This record gives sequence, C-alpha cells and structure tokens, in this order.
Amino acid sequence: METIDLTLIWLGIIGIGIFMYVLMDGFDLGVGILFPFAPDDASRDRMMNSVAPIWDGNETWLILGGAGLLAAFPLVYAVFLPALYIGVFLLVAGLIFRGIAFEFRFKASPASRHWWDRSFNIGSTVAAFAQGAVVGAYIQGFEVVDFQYAGGAFDWLTPFTVMTGVGVVTGYALLGATWTVMKTEGATQDWAFRISERLLIGVLAFFVVVSLWTPLSKPFVQARWLDGIAWLWLFPVLTLAASFWVWRALRERRDVVPFVGSMVLFGLFYLGLLISMWPYAVPPDYTFWDAASAPGSQLFLLLGVLFLIPVILVYTAFNYWVFRGKVRDGDGYH
Amino acid sequence: MELDPLLLSRIQFAFVVSFHAIFPVFTIGLAAWIALLEALNYRKPDPVLEKLSQFWIKIFAVVFGMGVVSGIVMAFQFGTNWSQFSFAASNFLGPVLSYEVVTAFFLEATFLGVLLFGRSRVPPGLHLLAACMVAIGTFISSFWILSTNSWFHTPAGVELIDGHFQVTSWLQAIFNPSLPYRFAHMALASFITGGLVVAAVSAWYLVRDRNPRSSRIALKMTVVMLAIATPLQMFVGDLHGLNTFEHQPMKVAAMEGHWETQRGAPLILFAIPDADAEENHFEVAIPKLGSLILTHSLDGEVQGLKSVPAEDRPPVGPVFWSFRVMVGLGVFFILLSWVSAVQLFRGRLFDSRRLLRVISWVSPLPFIAVLAGWFVTEIGRQPWIVHGLMRVEDAVTPSLSGGMALTTLIGYISVYAVVFGAGLYYLRQVILAGPDPIEQAHDFDSARPKRPLSANPLNFNGETPAAEG
Ligand code: HDD
Ligand code: HEM
Ligand code: HEM
Repeated sequence: METIDLTLIWLGIIGIGIFMYVLMDGFDLGVGILFPFAPDDASRDRMMNSVAPIWDGNETWLILGGAGLLAAFPLVYAVFLPALYIGVFLLVAGLIFRGIAFEFRFKASPASRHWWDRSFNIGSTVAAFAQGAVVGAYIQGFEVVDFQYAGGAFDWLTPFTVMTGVGVVTGYALLGATWTVMKTEGATQDWAFRISERLLIGVLAFFVVVSLWTPLSKPFVQARWLDGIAWLWLFPVLTLAASFWVWRALRERRDVVPFVGSMVLFGLFYLGLLISMWPYAVPPDYTFWDAASAPGSQLFLLLGVLFLIPVILVYTAFNYWVFRGKVRDGDGYH
Repeated sequence: MELDPLLLSRIQFAFVVSFHAIFPVFTIGLAAWIALLEALNYRKPDPVLEKLSQFWIKIFAVVFGMGVVSGIVMAFQFGTNWSQFSFAASNFLGPVLSYEVVTAFFLEATFLGVLLFGRSRVPPGLHLLAACMVAIGTFISSFWILSTNSWFHTPAGVELIDGHFQVTSWLQAIFNPSLPYRFAHMALASFITGGLVVAAVSAWYLVRDRNPRSSRIALKMTVVMLAIATPLQMFVGDLHGLNTFEHQPMKVAAMEGHWETQRGAPLILFAIPDADAEENHFEVAIPKLGSLILTHSLDGEVQGLKSVPAEDRPPVGPVFWSFRVMVGLGVFFILLSWVSAVQLFRGRLFDSRRLLRVISWVSPLPFIAVLAGWFVTEIGRQPWIVHGLMRVEDAVTPSLSGGMALTTLIGYISVYAVVFGAGLYYLRQVILAGPDPIEQAHDFDSARPKRPLSANPLNFNGETPAAEG
C-alpha cells in the first residue's frame, strides 16, 4: 500500500463530489433564492419546471458527500456534525421545505400556492446560508478533545460565518440567475440578465472581503500566501479574468456562457479555499491523514466508486440531455 | 429536571426513522406496480392502463418526494446524535452507506425525473426503462440499508480493536446472518403495503361507481398478489423469528413474554408484562406451543429474561405488544386477501359491496404493521446499539446537551407535522380526482375538485398517442 496514497485519492474524490454538489444544487437552490424577485407567476412556473426533473439527483451529491466523508474521513463527519448540530438542523429543515414545494406547489389551489412559493424560497435560502456557514466554520476551526467535538452549541455562529453564509447565498443566486438565463426566454430571461449583473458584483465583493479577512485571522493561511509559492497569485488574477468574462457575456446577452463562466468562478473560489486550508481536515489540529479511515475500508469503497462514478455521470448527463433546451410553458406531468 | 441527551436522541432517532420508513415501504411496492403497468401498456398499448399508471405515478411522486426529504435527515442523524458510534463503526458503516448512494440513490433520482416528466420527451421504451430503473433502485437501496441495520443485530466480519470496528471480512459483514430474513420480510412487507393501498383506493372507487374499468383491473391484480404474499409473509416471519432466537434470545424472550428459562414453554397470547415484578399479569397461554414453534420440539428449552441481569434486558412491554400488533394484522391480511380471492374466483368480488367497503378502509393498517415490526426489532435490540459489542450509552455524541437534543426533536416534530399534514391533504386531492377519464379531460363529474393545471394545453395526458386510440 506504500506506493498508492489512498487518502490522497479519496481527498480527490470527496473534493470532486462536494464540488459537484455545490455547482449542481447551487443553481437549483439559487433558483429558489431568486423566486420572490421573479417578475410574475408564469416566470416562477418556468423557473421551477426548469429544475424539477433534476433537483433530486443534484441533492444526491450531498448525501454522497455525507456518506463518503463517513467512509473516508470519519473524523470530519464525527466532528463537523456535532459541532454544527443546530446548523445541520436548519440545513435539512430548509431542504425539506424546498423539496416538498416541488410536489405540493403544483397541486395547490391558486389561493394557497403562495405558501409553497414561500416554502421554496425560504427553504432554499436557509439551506444555502447554512452551507456557507459550514464553510466559514471550517475555516474558523473546531475545539476537539480525544477525537470528539468539545465545544458548545453555537461556537460556529460568528460574524465571520454569517458573512460566509450570506456570501454563499449570493453566489448560489448568481448560479441560479445565469441558469435561468440559459433555460428561459422573453421577459423571464430579460429579468435574469439584469439580476445576474448585480449578483456578479455582489459575489466579487464577498470574494474580496473573505480573501482579506481569512489571512488576517489565520496566521497559517497568511503564511501560505505571503511566503508561499508565487504561482498561487495566479488564482486572484484568474478570478478577475473569469468575472470579466461573465460580465461581457451578460452584456452581449449570450445564453450559455454566463452560466458556464459562473461555474468556473465557483471552481476558482473552491480551489483557492482548499489551497489556503491545506492540509487540514479539522483545523487547527488534524490533517486529512489524521482523519482518514482504515485503508481496507478506503480500498473497498474505492473499487466500487471508480467504476460507478463514471456510470453515474453518464446517466446524469443523459437526464440533462433529455430535459435540454428552453423550458416550455406547461412542461410537467401534473 | 435534567434533560437526558441519550434518551432524547433515542426518541429523536426513532421518530425520524419511523417517519422516513413509512414512505419507502410504500414506494418500493408502488414502484414495482408502476413498472408492471408500464410494461403491460408497452406490450399492448391500452389507454386504461396508461391512465391508471399515470394516476399512480402522481401518487408515487408525492410519496417519493416525502421519502427523499426525510431520507436526507437520516443521512446526518448518525453524525449529529451518535458521533461516537459513527466514529467507532465508520470503517463498516461508511462504505456500506456510500454504496447505497452510488448504486441506488443516483439511479432512483435520475430516472425518477424521466419517469415523471419524460413521457412526451423520450420514446416509450425508454420511459419503461426509467420505470424499471426506479423500481430496481428502491430494492437496491433497501438491500444496503437493511444490510447495515442487520449488522447492528447480528454483527459479523468485524473485530473490535481499541474501540474501533475493523472489518475482517466484507462478505461476512454485509451478508450477516439476519440479512436474508430481514430483506425477504421487508420486501414482502413493501409489496403488501403497496398492494393493500392500491386495493383500498380501487375498492373505494368501486363502492362509489367511479373509474370502474381501471379500478377492476387494479383490484384484481392486487388481490391475486396479496393472496400469495400474505401467507408467505407469515412463513418468512417465522423463519426470521427462529433466526433471532438463535442470535438474540433476549429479544425473543421479550417478544414472547418469557421470564423464566423453561422446557416446554407456553405460547402466551395475552398478558401484561410487569418488568418490576419480573412476571406477567392476566396471562392467557397455550401450553408447550412456544417451545414447539421456537425449537420444533414440545419440551425444548427456551431462555427467559431472568437469565441475564436486568440492565441487559430490553424493555419488555413495547416489544411484547408491538409483536402482537404485527402478527395480529398479518393474520387479518391473510384472511382478508383469501376471502377476496375466493370471491374473485367465484366472479363475485365486484358485487360484494360489504367486502369492498372493508377493503376500502385498510390503507393505514400495513403501515401500522410495518412500524410495529420495526419496534419489535429495534427496541428488542436494547440496550445494545451493536448487539453484544457496543451499548447505546457509549454511542451518543458527547458534546450533545439535553437542551440541544430537545430543540431539534421539537423542530423535527413540527417540520414533519407540516410535511405530513400537507402530504396527506394533497394525496387526498389526487385520489378524489381519480385517474383522468379515457375520453377527454372535460367531462369531470361534479365531485371532482378544481385542478388548475388540468386545463393546461400542453399537459401531455392529452397528447400521447395511446390516448387517442
Ligand atoms: C406488512 C408488514 C408485516 C407483516 C404483515 C408482518 N411483519 Fe414481521 N416485520 C415487518 C413487517 C411485517 C417489518 C417492519 O418489515 C420487520 C421489522 C424489521 C424487519 O426485518 O421486518 C418485521 C419484523 C419481524 C420480526 C422481528 C425479527 C427481528 O428483527 O429480530 C419477527 C419475528 C416477525 N417480523 C415475524 C412476523 C410474523 C410471524 C408475522 C405473521 C404474520 C409477521 N411478522 C407479519
Ligand atoms: C422502519 C424503520 C425503523 C423503525 C420504525 C425503527 C425504530 C426504532 C426505534 C423505536 C428505536 C428506539 C429503540 C429504543 O431506544 O428503545 C430505534 C433506534 C435505532 N435504530 Fe431503528 N428503526 C427503523 C429502521 C432502522 C434502520 C434501517 C437502521 C439502520 C440503518 C436503524 C438504526 C437505529 C439506530 C442506530 C437506533 C438508535 C440507537 C438505539 O436506540 O439502538 N433503524 N429505531
Ligand atoms: C427501514 C429502513 C429503510 C428503508 C427500507 C429505506 C429505503 C429507502 C428507499 C427505497 C428510498 C428511496 C426514496 C423513497 O422511496 O422514499 C430511501 C431514501 C433515502 N433513505 Fe432510506 N430507507 C430506510 C432507512 C434509512 C436510514 C436509516 C437512512 C440513513 C442512514 C436512510 C437514508 C436515506 C436517504 C438519505 C434517502 C434519500 C435518497 C434519495 O435522494 O433518493 N434510510 N430509503
């Protein structure tokens, strides 16, 4: 086993899994976040129909993230979840309310439909905020004694995590808005173009604040960027370039590029975060190697996953292909 | 008063998993039924079958949606409330639960989209494939989750080293001794649940003379299936019990209400077990039958609860009573499905108003039987979380305070009350509306509530080729 570092492979798999989740559920949560701002009810119908056939698959990546962490990095699972106990409740409560809205909204009478609109919106926003707070809490670090979380119920809730929470809500809203640009036409699309521009500015503002705040409060992050390798500075440059790309595409009213560009932007943020925190799984004490499960378990799952993830990607792609193109009014089975 | 995080976590876990389990046990059966209807309709397109399938797909969508959202809660429960256990058992638990996600959940979730929304977008063969994939997915996911659960009861293939479970044999751990029985019993329970609900709804329409053609087809198919599945369930349940007798004798002692170890033990039909006095009150029993069932000999030895210290015994009352509820309902289902089958063969089922009325009321019962069965299984495992190896009090999250546990318990109860209330309400709407009439969507009978989207021009109920035939 010396030749292959299973932990590193697993880090790659979980990293990609979480990223898939962020991208895919990111845009459908974003659609929910933007719901109340849509110009009219017909737009809301179109927006919801654009994600109805795929949201369940998107959320499955989150479940894979949870189960995969337990399998490959049990320490992360066993520390994060108790430490974020109340936050996890908010996250799943949010996901519940938005999930059932997909089914119930279309079966509700017009008079009661607004309840499910609200459920979809608040649920999505709370879930996105909770995810952002998790990222903030990870940067912040945990109090761990003897491999178990030893802090209080609200240690995770600080100005910093509130800021990362709002930042992720804004970011998901950008993904949702550019997705709407891609999937709709007419008045809905016009609105989505307008709001995407504003959200892009908001996202950049949060990026700047987090990039300054994190190194100032975490010496090891500061050291990484200041004494580290010069090519790291390529990341902020690429981020600015990608933002400009999205901006121009929005101005030129391109259909697909804004969405793709926003995903690239998210990819850059994500890599930047990983590089800053490397190699800590549970900061400030445990690295990914400390958090890993037994090699036998990592190997057992790896054999299946290497074969199955490509298969999953194929039929996920098939699903997106079936529902490709602009949503038409009345798409649905209801 | 000091709030006990352990007790509250147990209540919370029992609550959220019971709530979750209601949905899959129904959707596993229903998915198979829908796949069957789709297959029949594919072979010989028939608008009646297609409307029937479309109708049950609508119900399936609501129930599956509730199953998914309550399942997401489950994915985090082990970590939030049982972090010591998760950490200790991660080497087994993690890979097995991950296999469930990669082999089943993605399959279900992806093809669900095609099943629900794709009828007008993909060729019929692909739509049928989607229906089959969803049905297969539900079975694969119950296989993995029941493997995990069975391992709690009959752990195998692991070694406990420094408080950590290390897997020594994946094959033994996954195919642990109680898995085959539990899987078979649960699969049958799902068919029975799905079947009884379909039968009940169809009988209800027949009593009211609505949708007679599709309801007769549905009732006929389910009655035949139930007449086979219900006795089989009793047989499998018996085997399951014998397996439990071998591995978890204290659970069986609690199920049977046996305090003393004895030869020629009776079968206790009714009693009020009293854990403090360590005896039963008001016992009604058949002599020797207990030993006969469990050991296949009239004076075989049956271990009693008093053979282990009180702190190693499960709570007797809930196990004893839940067991009787399940078996009682099981016997009732056998009677009901056989009477119906006999009437069916005599050609009288659809005229037996009284029988139809009884059938129309049974839908809640299989759910009660399933939960009762799980209460037997899980409460009977106490005080162990992993039988014989790890106790529940060593499993709970150390940083969890009573207040936190109480907050989320109340939170889940309130959230689920809303979800469940609304879900039942919309299911009722769908059932009241019934399958779309074969002719065209405008001659609703007056009982039909307004459905805003029925008038939708592109609603593909109206544009599939079969509907014109
Ligand atoms: C429709 C539902 C249903 C019906 C009619 C029955 N059961 Fe059952 N039973 C279940 C649904 C169920 C279940 C919910 O699926 C359980 C819980 C865990 C499991 O494996 O199956 C269960 C557990 C369970 C156990 C506990 C085993 C253990 O975990 O240690 C026994 C001994 C039986 N059953 C026996 C029976 C017998 C003798 C029945 C006679 C009719 C019967 N069941 C009917
Ligand atoms: C139909 C589904 C199920 C029902 C109704 C159910 C019911 C229960 C009940 C009543 C308890 C509390 C026992 C007590 O504290 O006395 C419990 C505990 C528990 N069950 Fe289940 N259960 C179900 C399925 C499962 C499955 C599939 C798993 C595992 C994969 C599981 C794992 C656990 C665990 C870990 C606990 C908490 C620890 C303990 O109290 O032993 N259960 N369940
Ligand atoms: C009684 C035992 C259980 C059975 C038979 C069962 C089976 C199923 C099935 C068939 C589904 C698909 C959705 C549906 O049909 O409603 C599902 C969903 C789910 N279950 Fe369970 N389950 C059980 C208990 C558990 C437990 C204990 C967990 C947590 C460890 C869990 C986690 C999940 C998750 C995360 C989902 C959502 C997956 C998706 O997106 O499709 N389940 N379950």
